[in-house]
Amino acid sequence: MLLLPLGITLGLSFGAVPLSLAEVLKALAETIHGDTRSQNSLIVGQLRLPRVLLAAVMGAGLGMSGAAMQGLFRNPLADPSLIGVTAGASLGAALVIVLGNTLLQGSISLFGYVGLSLISVGAFTGGLIAVFFVYRLASSGNGTSVATMLLAGIAITALTGALGSLLEFYSDNQMLRRISMWKMGGLDGANYPRLWLASVVTAGVLLALPRYAKALNALLLGESEARHLGINVDRVKLALIIWVAIGVGTSVAMVGTIAFVGLVVPHMMRMLIGPNHIYLLPASALAGAILLLLADTLSRLVIAPTELPVGIITAIIGVPFFVSLLRNRHHYGMQG
Amino acid sequence: MSALQLNNVTVAPWGIALLEDISFTLQPGEVLGVIGPNGAGKTTLLNTIAGDIPLHDGEFLVHGKPYREWDRRSLAKTMAYLQQLSLLNFPYTVEEVILLGRSPHDTGITRDSEILEDVLQLADITDLRDRLYTRLSGGEKQRVQLARVFSQIWQKNTMEGTLLLLDEPTAALDIQHQQGTTDAIKELAGKGCAIVLVVHDFNVAASLATRLLALKNGKQVAFGKPLDVFTEKFFTDVFAADVAIVEHPSRSQPMIISR
Repeated sequence: MLLLPLGITLGLSFGAVPLSLAEVLKALAETIHGDTRSQNSLIVGQLRLPRVLLAAVMGAGLGMSGAAMQGLFRNPLADPSLIGVTAGASLGAALVIVLGNTLLQGSISLFGYVGLSLISVGAFTGGLIAVFFVYRLASSGNGTSVATMLLAGIAITALTGALGSLLEFYSDNQMLRRISMWKMGGLDGANYPRLWLASVVTAGVLLALPRYAKALNALLLGESEARHLGINVDRVKLALIIWVAIGVGTSVAMVGTIAFVGLVVPHMMRMLIGPNHIYLLPASALAGAILLLLADTLSRLVIAPTELPVGIITAIIGVPFFVSLLRNRHHYGMQG
Repeated sequence: MSALQLNNVTVAPWGIALLEDISFTLQPGEVLGVIGPNGAGKTTLLNTIAGDIPLHDGEFLVHGKPYREWDRRSLAKTMAYLQQLSLLNFPYTVEEVILLGRSPHDTGITRDSEILEDVLQLADITDLRDRLYTRLSGGEKQRVQLARVFSQIWQKNTMEGTLLLLDEPTAALDIQHQQGTTDAIKELAGKGCAIVLVVHDFNVAASLATRLLALKNGKQVAFGKPLDVFTEKFFTDVFAADVAIVEHPSRSQPMIISR
């Protein structure tokens, strides 16, 4: 709990221009009073504060979405991108980058005022369309099969990946670089309008998902067992998919694909506090916020003043951790 | 009022009838043993009563009310189902697994922990309560799942108005816990719980069941008291098995021995 404000302060003070704690607090106070004359208050108030808060908000959303997906799929190795949202978003973004240069010049300014690039809109739409297809493929008259959804997610991910590669094949060098930079993810586009939008959406997700904590607990027993415990399994599934798609779709649209937060964070929390979703969901949100905050701070520090895409940092931290989980999961009673 | 009544139930989820024209009535406190060869439709019968398979024809009533008129949550408070296979692979503690059985109820922590103590004793797993479910043996897991379904419908004094479906509850158990589980089932039935029990062990069936339902190829081939149903001819006809039927040395129940 205490780590979050600490992480925020750290994120505010480290960067290309290192600031002391006192300077950060002074600059924050100046920002709150609307005083933006000093250089420090500009750096903290206009650059670092929205960025640090955006990192925390996105991390919280990803962490909780990951915990919900692992519960829904009854698979500790599931991750929010399984339902196709990330792959769909990547395709949407690539489409906008490639087509946008020629066709859509005019409309970019239209979206500019809400602080959203057209790329973000394309990514969000692409993500939701992909999830819709995955869900439809897995649904039949007898309800929705989680196992089919998993496979449908893989199929849709492969298809959008192929279409994305096709686009890259036909794009020029500048577009290619933009596509690959976007895919790596980054919080450098943070500003207040984006922060507000992300906060509203994530707040919705963070409030909605815990309502299904009891249902997720019962779902771990198995779908029919959950049904025999009086839970409307198909409705719960649909609600979880929709909220995760919206949450992760927004996060991919705003900051690109950020690997491993949704996968590793719920895992770590499960080891610390057990699999009960009543505690696991909020804990994963908190830990996701802290992890993404630290990763983003690192991404600004490693080769300052240039920034590394944050997706690289989370993957570099996440992969070794994940591998050690794979090898040691029997130590904390995880099977399957 | 009967606890469970099936009227000409037929189910055919893939076009082929898995159950055909099944009819019987079960009163509170009765134990119905469902027997039959592999693939006869025993588990399908339980799945049908639990609402997992849509009816093709006929209807059934739970506590006097047609199944389709029940809402899911109220039914879950009075009907519990122990399935054969458990998929749980997340590291819950035994206590947490059992308390999942209380999730349809809003009875509060005090009441739920009283029930937890009762069912821990009933299933003889008090010493396992803090262990991780994923690290238990097959038989231990089965007793935990049994305690979970007990907790879902448990009432201290009377269990009138509850229905319990058990699919091979004693299959993975050693003889001590087989006896313990048999006693627990009898205790529940003694309090008025109606129980449908799928079982392969005829001697367990004979000691527990007040009624037997024999299925073969989805059809009801016998229904009655164990003493009436169990004849050598019955075993030849239904199971194509050669058995001898003798009297139990200390109880008035038939014993089935392979010849």
